Amino acid sequence: MILDFSSSLHIVWALLPEIVVAVTGLVVLMLDVFQRGSRSAPSAPWVGPLAITGLVGAVLANAWLLTLEVPAQNAQIAVDGFRIAMNFIVLGVAIFGLLYSFDWLNREGQFTGEFIFLVLMAVVGMMLLGGTRDLIVLFVAIELMSISVYVLTGYDRRSRRSAEAALKYFLMGAFASGFLLYGIALIFGSVGSTNLSLVTSEIALGTASNNPMLFAGVALLLVGFAFKVSAVPFHMWTPDAYEGAPTPVTGFMAAGVKAAGFAAIVRFITIELAPAAEFWEGIIWWLAMLTMIVPNLAALAQDDVKRMLAYSSIAHAGYLLVGVAADSPLGRSATLFYLAVYAAMTLGSFAIVYLVAGKGDVRSKLSDFRGLGWRRPLLGAAFVVFLLSLAGFPPTGGFIGKLYLLSAAVESGESVLAITLVLTSLISYYYYLRVIWKMYFEEAPESLPTPERPGLAFGFAASIGALALLVAGLFPGHGLRTASRAGEDLVPRAAVVAPGAAPSARPSGQDPAASRASSNVSEPER
Amino acid sequence: MLSLPLLLQEAHAAYEPILPAWILLLPLIGAVVNGVGAFNWRGNKAIPSIVGPAAVIGAFAIVVVNFLAMRAAAPHDPAIVSLWTWMSAGDLRIGVDLQFDQLSMLMLLVVTGVSSVIHVYSVGYMREDPGYSRYFAYLNLFVFFMLILVLGANFAITFVGWEGVGLCSYLLIGFWYENREFASAGKKAFIVNRIGDFGFLVAMFLVFVHFGTLNYETVFAAAPAALAYGGAVVTAITLFLFLGCTGKSAQIPLYVWLPDAMAGPTPVSALIHAATMVTAGVYLVARTSVLFAMAPVSQAVVAAVGAGTALLAATIATQQYDIKKVLAYSTVSQLGYMFVAVGIGAYTAGIFHLMTHAFFKALLFLGSGAVIHAMHHAYHEVHSHEDPNDMRNQGGLRRFMPITFATMWIGTLAISGIFPLAGFFSKDEIIWYTGAYGYGILWGIALVAALLTAGYMTRLMVMTFHGENRTGADAEPHLHEVPAVMWIPLAILAVLSIVGGWVNIPDALPVLPAVHALHDWLHPVFEPARGILEAHGLHDAHSSPIGGGEAMWAGISTVAAAVVIILTFRALVHRTWKPAADSTEPTGLAGVLYNKWYVDELYDRTIVLPLLALWRGCWRIVDAGLIDGSINGLAAGTRAVGWIGSLFQTGRVATYMFYFVTGVLVILATFLL
Amino acid sequence: MRQAYIGIAILLVVGLLNAGLFLALSHLASVRRPTKVKASAYESGIDPLGDTRDRFSVKFYMVAILFIVFDIETIFFFPWASIFRELGLPGLIAMSVFVLVLGVGLAYEWKKGALEWE
Repeated sequence: MILDFSSSLHIVWALLPEIVVAVTGLVVLMLDVFQRGSRSAPSAPWVGPLAITGLVGAVLANAWLLTLEVPAQNAQIAVDGFRIAMNFIVLGVAIFGLLYSFDWLNREGQFTGEFIFLVLMAVVGMMLLGGTRDLIVLFVAIELMSISVYVLTGYDRRSRRSAEAALKYFLMGAFASGFLLYGIALIFGSVGSTNLSLVTSEIALGTASNNPMLFAGVALLLVGFAFKVSAVPFHMWTPDAYEGAPTPVTGFMAAGVKAAGFAAIVRFITIELAPAAEFWEGIIWWLAMLTMIVPNLAALAQDDVKRMLAYSSIAHAGYLLVGVAADSPLGRSATLFYLAVYAAMTLGSFAIVYLVAGKGDVRSKLSDFRGLGWRRPLLGAAFVVFLLSLAGFPPTGGFIGKLYLLSAAVESGESVLAITLVLTSLISYYYYLRVIWKMYFEEAPESLPTPERPGLAFGFAASIGALALLVAGLFPGHGLRTASRAGEDLVPRAAVVAPGAAPSARPSGQDPAASRASSNVSEPER
Repeated sequence: MLSLPLLLQEAHAAYEPILPAWILLLPLIGAVVNGVGAFNWRGNKAIPSIVGPAAVIGAFAIVVVNFLAMRAAAPHDPAIVSLWTWMSAGDLRIGVDLQFDQLSMLMLLVVTGVSSVIHVYSVGYMREDPGYSRYFAYLNLFVFFMLILVLGANFAITFVGWEGVGLCSYLLIGFWYENREFASAGKKAFIVNRIGDFGFLVAMFLVFVHFGTLNYETVFAAAPAALAYGGAVVTAITLFLFLGCTGKSAQIPLYVWLPDAMAGPTPVSALIHAATMVTAGVYLVARTSVLFAMAPVSQAVVAAVGAGTALLAATIATQQYDIKKVLAYSTVSQLGYMFVAVGIGAYTAGIFHLMTHAFFKALLFLGSGAVIHAMHHAYHEVHSHEDPNDMRNQGGLRRFMPITFATMWIGTLAISGIFPLAGFFSKDEIIWYTGAYGYGILWGIALVAALLTAGYMTRLMVMTFHGENRTGADAEPHLHEVPAVMWIPLAILAVLSIVGGWVNIPDALPVLPAVHALHDWLHPVFEPARGILEAHGLHDAHSSPIGGGEAMWAGISTVAAAVVIILTFRALVHRTWKPAADSTEPTGLAGVLYNKWYVDELYDRTIVLPLLALWRGCWRIVDAGLIDGSINGLAAGTRAVGWIGSLFQTGRVATYMFYFVTGVLVILATFLL
Repeated sequence: MRQAYIGIAILLVVGLLNAGLFLALSHLASVRRPTKVKASAYESGIDPLGDTRDRFSVKFYMVAILFIVFDIETIFFFPWASIFRELGLPGLIAMSVFVLVLGVGLAYEWKKGALEWE
């Protein structure tokens, strides 16, 4: 089918996966509330499978997008390999996140349709964030995602920690959104459009250099994104929010929000704002450096596994920023691949933490993991895979992902980043392996209860997750090829030549690298 | 299935590896089966007893067939088996490729052969252990990774094996994890090896940057043209590689982990910490000989570090009382010899010693294991908590354990370099070439260390097997020889320790026929490196630094070693030792040696403690202090510390916003200013 | 440069001047002799009780949120209505979806009992 954006119906087709998820969310909410009324008792068990079905439907719709032919990419939503790949990742995060969370919701007696509704709404936001090409839609998407996640963070109403985390996250998030919005306003002010295809061509026309307003706009936009992916120094909320939030929610936001944030960074900063590269190159470089170093050192001092994983999640944002800083098709592919791998390992780790922590999420200290490997062999084995992958050991997906990021950095001549990545990864071995040590080499005291046996959904998700990481480590060929195709397929610029813009003014603007190079030539040396 | 003769016949035309993947798969399958067994049928000893050794013996059989095929075909170039493309990103393509050439074939034979023997021995040694199945799972897994290390056709695959054997070593050192001290030995091994890995990784990174590939063949073919002889790049690559080797092969300054690694079961010490894994560094230098040949500075460093380690470890070994510690330092010392050999460019000599050392050191360790087994058993019977490893508690064991006694003497004579045992040929070759290639000082050191070797080994034998028994009157009746499943491996290794050296007999020796089997076998592998060395002035002086030919010095060294053995024996055999519990710590020079030159203490004081203090200080301030602080709201002292930390992670939104805004302002300022 | 904004700028300046002028005038022209009674806050003749930062029942917030939601709905309705004809059927459908989503929210609140005061 050929997609034609002048027809409203075709815009619906282009947004089909998002629409499927959104409708599923509304249906879940309505069915649930009409069945349950005002009671705060747990919901009927079928809302879970219903939501999963809807998400699987969205996955199919997303796969269907691959078959579309899109001659003119001039809509507010992109239909390209990158968006489809991001949608797959985000939908995967949602499906696995839900599968993992059922056990927690049942254990805490908080299985409600609202939880699922909020997850689905956050997913819609994430998907739009990875696909939109308009600053207004971007803002709506980021708020939809954020507000849902704020509420999810405070979902455990009986827990003071949860409430505190939600309030902090909300305050900081609103604060950051202010900067983001101001950045959007400044970009709009200096270029005169929120449509990125027009923004890009305006900048490429030469209005970029020595335009402080545009620079400030780009910088503030980047700050907003950096907050979402918790890059240092905009990461301060992360340990508190991640530690306080219900653990399955922590996994969901660590994987999903980060993936969406990176999708936005890749699309908006490195592609659409490629002509303004001189503005953001240095910032991204420093963000990557700081975000690799600071949390890795901080994680060494943690004796709470959940908080340690929170710092680890920040550190991974740093590794991913290396892929962004490489600013090449290879770098984008590496970022994409690593995001997928990261989502699998991070979701699994947090899920296992809540299982060990027991009712009320009380036992997440390092010492609570003693003897886990012997008491729950399969769970222990899965956790070992997740942790080794986080640390970047072969033969796991985490290793291949880091190698991929490294080769992208080296190819782009970012040796310092590459070396920092290796060194900080080596540091991180210590705190990941410490957990494995506790699990196998220390005996659990009698007083420490054995973690409950996980349910079917959990077991399914954990075994698929761990196996996928091993497959990605041993036979990454297919995944790498997919990632490299998706990483190169970001909205072909050919179709979006702005009306009135002389084609000669944008030499070979189709290739972001080339147009960047040419814009650099015309500007004074930095 | 093709029949064996047919396979060999086919192979004659051009060497094609036979069932290459199965060499790796068999140990892996063994590891998986035993690993499952460790959880599901813990009590069952029959399955691991069969599966564990069978997996490795099967791999050994395939290797032998491959060896015969390769010998028949005598290929000049390595045969590469590509299993699958592991990853490709940009220009980088890394395949799971296995390289079969003469060097890896020799290593395969040694690794699978010695492993087979040790697996059989373990059936007897570990029978009583509750973690029996787990033990075999680790051991099989180790063999699997060791074979990957050996067979890797590029740096990345080798590194996978390199990390894998490290992991298994770590697991096996901490095998008895209930014991705190053992567990901390595992940690020490882990940290030291990470330093080494860092070197390997950096070297790999440099290779990739300069060659765009990690394949050995491509890199070695391109190296002479791509890099300047003796240039900074090749020197850096090789020095970083060597840093990796010092970690894995326990050389100065990273050797401290190996003696502590003896906390693991004794067959593990024999296999991993003596015969195979620790020689990986030597193998790596030999494998990358082309690069080392191009970097004279690195070569000198390798040789000097090797010689230094050989001497240092030998001196420490003379004053240890734990039988396994003596052997551990002996291993460190012998590894030093191998590095001297590959450092000066005598690659074949280094690999030769690697091979013979694998035989006699495995023999000695298994022998010590038999002793410990018997001692442990006796003490167990009488519920004594004496240390079965301490040689001061042993003595006179020859009456109880004649086979162990005899085989261990063979091992001792072999390692001391007594003619015509294996060690004589390999060690002499190293010492000779060190002198003949003009490394006078190293030659002297190597000779002294060789004499020390004869000395401390004789001391070990005397204290363990001769003189009066010091086990204690009630435990003594319970001492007896080990079962056949344990002494047959000893006998096999004893035979190998005798005949193992006969594959390479120098021309210069009178009476004996000259044999060049090993030199000829390895010739195709080392030809390029030797070519580079000879083009840059390496020449064989055919005489030692102070004159005399090879035959003369071989004679002198074997006679000297024999004299040392006899003198040590006579000096010690009538001496009486008090049992360990009644002994005091040695003083004077003996005390310094007993305390290993205080190197552990030195490391603790100068590196570990300051680092720990710094680390604790930092994180007390930045994070730990304030988490405790904010939760407990405590005394002023902690609050002062917490205050600095609380500047960062206070838990207060206002502070977070402050840093947020600071970040924004810095970003804006960088451009606007 | 950007002609369209000049009008706004003028309005802004005039507004500020206007406000400032009147404040200044009242300040200059008035006579002040404060007494305790005069200086106290005037709360419809009732003495002020306690702090204004008091805890309110969550019900007030429910109402407030509902008000904002439907307030914003009207904001969207006005521009939509003004170009209703140009947008045609797709516009009608889009707005219906918008109202439907709001309706779902209302239905949820209703069933949850948020609209009942007690």
